[in-house]
Amino acid sequence: MTEILAVAFMLAGVIFLFAAMFGLLRFADPLQRIHATTKSGTVGAGLILVGVMIQMGDGQATFIGTATVIFLMLTIPIAGHLLGRAAYVSGARLDGLHGDDALDGVLERSPLTLDEYLAQSEKITSQRNPEPDRADPHITVGEPTSPVDNQRSAR
Amino acid sequence: MITTLLILVMLPLAMTLWRMIVAKTLVDRVVALDMLTGVGVAIAALVAAMTGRREFLDVGFGLGLIGFVGTCAFAVFIMRKGRSEQ
Repeated sequence: MTEILAVAFMLAGVIFLFAAMFGLLRFADPLQRIHATTKSGTVGAGLILVGVMIQMGDGQATFIGTATVIFLMLTIPIAGHLLGRAAYVSGARLDGLHGDDALDGVLERSPLTLDEYLAQSEKITSQRNPEPDRADPHITVGEPTSPVDNQRSAR
Repeated sequence: MITTLLILVMLPLAMTLWRMIVAKTLVDRVVALDMLTGVGVAIAALVAAMTGRREFLDVGFGLGLIGFVGTCAFAVFIMRKGRSEQ
């Protein structure tokens, strides 16, 4: 009987993990993916831990399993909230948004996404010194310029 | 029976890893990392039930701890990088 109950809990947890996986694969923007993985992933891992505790039926295993479940329930929402705020502030795309942006004007939000901004700043730095190898005098392969030539050209 | 469940859990693990590889933005990768630690805790618990050894539950606890700290660190990094542009 306890065997069947344990396997039922574990199967429910696996189903929740599959739901989290489909959310991660199918949803449109990063905030929706955070929504799918934090809630469904926590419940899936928690149910599997409950099933394992029932199956082992051991005092020590029950203690560690309960501690892990409580820890997951406390930390994953915090991490998800922090990540969602960081994603919004850094300008992640809101493709799946219906209606207005409720946080518009409440939080500062950068117009570009983080990856676009990093690509742009990389382009600017490469324009500023286009070919840094040429500037190094030790690598020049062409005619060696003597200091006399430099003085003549300076005059 | 538990072996079947363990084989079933391999599909979310593989799909999350694939999502982490093909993701276009950094935020998507960190979301996939968060999910990956959750699947890792589930796998550690299932291995504990399959082998009957309690030590794998400790492995799951440590994995959850590392996943939390890693996700928070990446979130703070993304927030600072996104703000430094203004």
